[in-house]
Amino acid sequence: MEHALGDIELTLTPQAGGSAIWRFQLDPARLPSFARAIQDEGGQLLALWGADDRHLGRGYAVHVAFLSSVGLIWSRSDLAGESPAYPDLAHIFPQADRMQRAAFDLLGIRARDAADDRKWLRHATWSEAEFPLRKDFPPLTAARSPLPEVDAYPFLRVDGEGVHEIPVGPIHAGTIEPGHFRFSIIGDRILKLEERLGYTHKGTEKRFEGMDLATGAKLAGRVSGDAHTAFAWAYCMAVESACACRVPDRAAWLRALFLEIERVANHLGDLGYLGNDVALAFGFMQFWRLKEDWLRLSARLFGHRYLFDCIVPGGVATDIDSAGRAELRALGERIAGEVSELKHIYDEHTGLQDRFAHTGIVKPELAARLGLSGLAGRASSQAWDARVQFPCAPYDQLDVAMALQKSGDVLARAEVRFAEVFESLRLIGQLLDRLPDGKLGAPCVPAGTPCEGLGWVEGWRGPTIVALRIAADGTLDRVHPHDPSWQNWPLLEVGVLGNIVPDFPLINKSFNLSYSGVDL
Amino acid sequence: MSTGILLQIAQTLIAILLAPLLMGWVNQCRAWLQGRSAPPLTQPYRTLKKLFHKDAVIAHHASPLFRFAPYMIFSCMVLAAGLVPTVANDLPFSPAADVIALVGVFALARVFLALAAMDIGTAFGSLGARREMLVSFLAEPALLMVLFTASFISQSTELPVIVDTLAHREFAIYPSLAFAAVAFWMVSTAENARIPVDNPTTHLELTMIHEAMILEYSARHLALIEWAVALKLYVYSALGIALFVPWGIAPQGDLGALPLAILALLAKLAAGGAALSLLEAVFAKLRLFRAPEFLGTAFLLGVLGMLIHFLLEV
Repeated sequence: MEHALGDIELTLTPQAGGSAIWRFQLDPARLPSFARAIQDEGGQLLALWGADDRHLGRGYAVHVAFLSSVGLIWSRSDLAGESPAYPDLAHIFPQADRMQRAAFDLLGIRARDAADDRKWLRHATWSEAEFPLRKDFPPLTAARSPLPEVDAYPFLRVDGEGVHEIPVGPIHAGTIEPGHFRFSIIGDRILKLEERLGYTHKGTEKRFEGMDLATGAKLAGRVSGDAHTAFAWAYCMAVESACACRVPDRAAWLRALFLEIERVANHLGDLGYLGNDVALAFGFMQFWRLKEDWLRLSARLFGHRYLFDCIVPGGVATDIDSAGRAELRALGERIAGEVSELKHIYDEHTGLQDRFAHTGIVKPELAARLGLSGLAGRASSQAWDARVQFPCAPYDQLDVAMALQKSGDVLARAEVRFAEVFESLRLIGQLLDRLPDGKLGAPCVPAGTPCEGLGWVEGWRGPTIVALRIAADGTLDRVHPHDPSWQNWPLLEVGVLGNIVPDFPLINKSFNLSYSGVDL
Repeated sequence: MSTGILLQIAQTLIAILLAPLLMGWVNQCRAWLQGRSAPPLTQPYRTLKKLFHKDAVIAHHASPLFRFAPYMIFSCMVLAAGLVPTVANDLPFSPAADVIALVGVFALARVFLALAAMDIGTAFGSLGARREMLVSFLAEPALLMVLFTASFISQSTELPVIVDTLAHREFAIYPSLAFAAVAFWMVSTAENARIPVDNPTTHLELTMIHEAMILEYSARHLALIEWAVALKLYVYSALGIALFVPWGIAPQGDLGALPLAILALLAKLAAGGAALSLLEAVFAKLRLFRAPEFLGTAFLLGVLGMLIHFLLEV
């Protein structure tokens, strides 16, 4: 396809499978002007990652996924094998900052002239001179030089009279994922918040290397457990595109069913948590009762509460019969009724509204500037939803309504969740009514030569991307799973500015971002 | 006189032993109101037992104050429990302190708690201590206004006289006390770290007030503090009973009225605990910076109570 971006003429290659994903090879020197053109058009940078391609006779590569009016543009820029570097993109798309730093920590490819070149994923597990995602990285069993126990990280300091710091985490009082938050405050007012993540770095991307496709699907789904279906589907979409495998209709519809079930489960849980964080335990208990009913039905119908491993390359692993359809439809209707009652209670509760409204505001201009995506983005007027604008099967036949809010506060993020619960329950009804007959899967056979693919799914948090390359022997060569939390975490830092410290947990919960998904 | 001393000891012991039960009852009511299955009534006792059996972990740079504070706080609450008439009136301890001194006893415990919290030097300790001081310096005057309203009615700041006036003289309706009662509820939520000012069950360290101060305590020290918290809730409930529903408290020297007095106390505590948990269930926690407004309202209601007393009741 020929596409004009400003004065740049592109020849985009559509990815096999027919979804709005376009491939494009780009000279690294042209990356900034290309990114600028995407930005002028109103697009965003969704993901940036690197790859070690030296075993293919090239050097390194930097991959960027841009969101544009034609869909997702996946660009690859080849870099030199010695001291690989590419021009900094963070001054155009600030969300690239942490992705560039992570790419350096893992692969040693440097963003030239980047304003922030501190480490990101590297803690004290490997040294500055080592890059674990390089193909020649020695296995961890080999003898290694001792590392310092504590690896200092240069936080930005705020000076001034009465300013002091509160370090919070990575160990918290509740059972939540580990992350460090460094607050600079006066009294209880937040002057600055800086996040430090990477505590759950598990070497997930390295682990993928050499895996067969079916095992890879299991691992992809476990990148961030609460977004299992989104990651598993994105992974399978990438595999199927690389193998030119066409998924049967019934399997595609069931995948969408799973994705909407996952969205409802997470939104119910979050709405409960939001109540709990303002000490309205009633809301917490009610929403979690509904979520529990929902999860138990999933366990009964599909064999797993969170639908683990229901999506496999080529199709799905479980089916639903007519009795199960009736049961799911009935529970969906009951939950829709109860949630609208609970929404009424939340709407009318003065104390809760007082806490939600005008708390943790991310203004639409700022959200656009920093690339806020997904659910949190839609609460700040960022009207992107892949199910609506670039629907893959079966969403192209479903007419999804996008939930959009302008105010960008905790209340807006709660409202988007409410709207999406109702919309997802409606979609579930549609999916069940119109579920086509047919097979549950098609064979998914690698081509025998290195082949690449990318999957892009609108998960409950936002655009979830998995890009991968399959080696000639049919095993996975390089997999990059990308959670929308990458670009949303930095917005939390600015969303809390001017708020008070005791409101931070509420604001944090209203974003509910993944740690595991970005620590990898 | 000796019966008086026996009664005094009995009343204090009842308070110490009954306080965790009241906490258990409040927790149980709250669970029911949230649609959960409730923990057993005796759960607080089990928690105390568990904590007393553990080894204490204390930070290396903790000063003796940190170890001493739990004992001090617990003693303050025991003293307060001895001062407030719960089953019998005009006991030997009573002349030792009036309502103003009672507020001072609470303040003493709070000062030690805040000092201990800052002693360790963790961010959360000083954060909690700072917030506690913000809340309490507003709650204290409001509490005093409530107590003064009752004192004006009985022309005395001695608790036995107040109780005697309200419970055992001829029955009169005091509109001023209605205002004072609302103010008293507001103050006691703040003083006892309850919703809507604080949330005793939260795990979110950044939102804590009271809990942030005791994060570093463990084992017997934590047990004493938890017990003191339960005692404080009991004493506040007893104070509320003495001021607003004193009927049933046995007059001085009337041993025959004691069984009835104990039954009345249990019934009133049960009702009070249920009411507390009901209010907790329907309110959300206030934004921290709204707490001053909330307590300012309490102060205003306390003052209004006093003014109404002068306008209508003198």
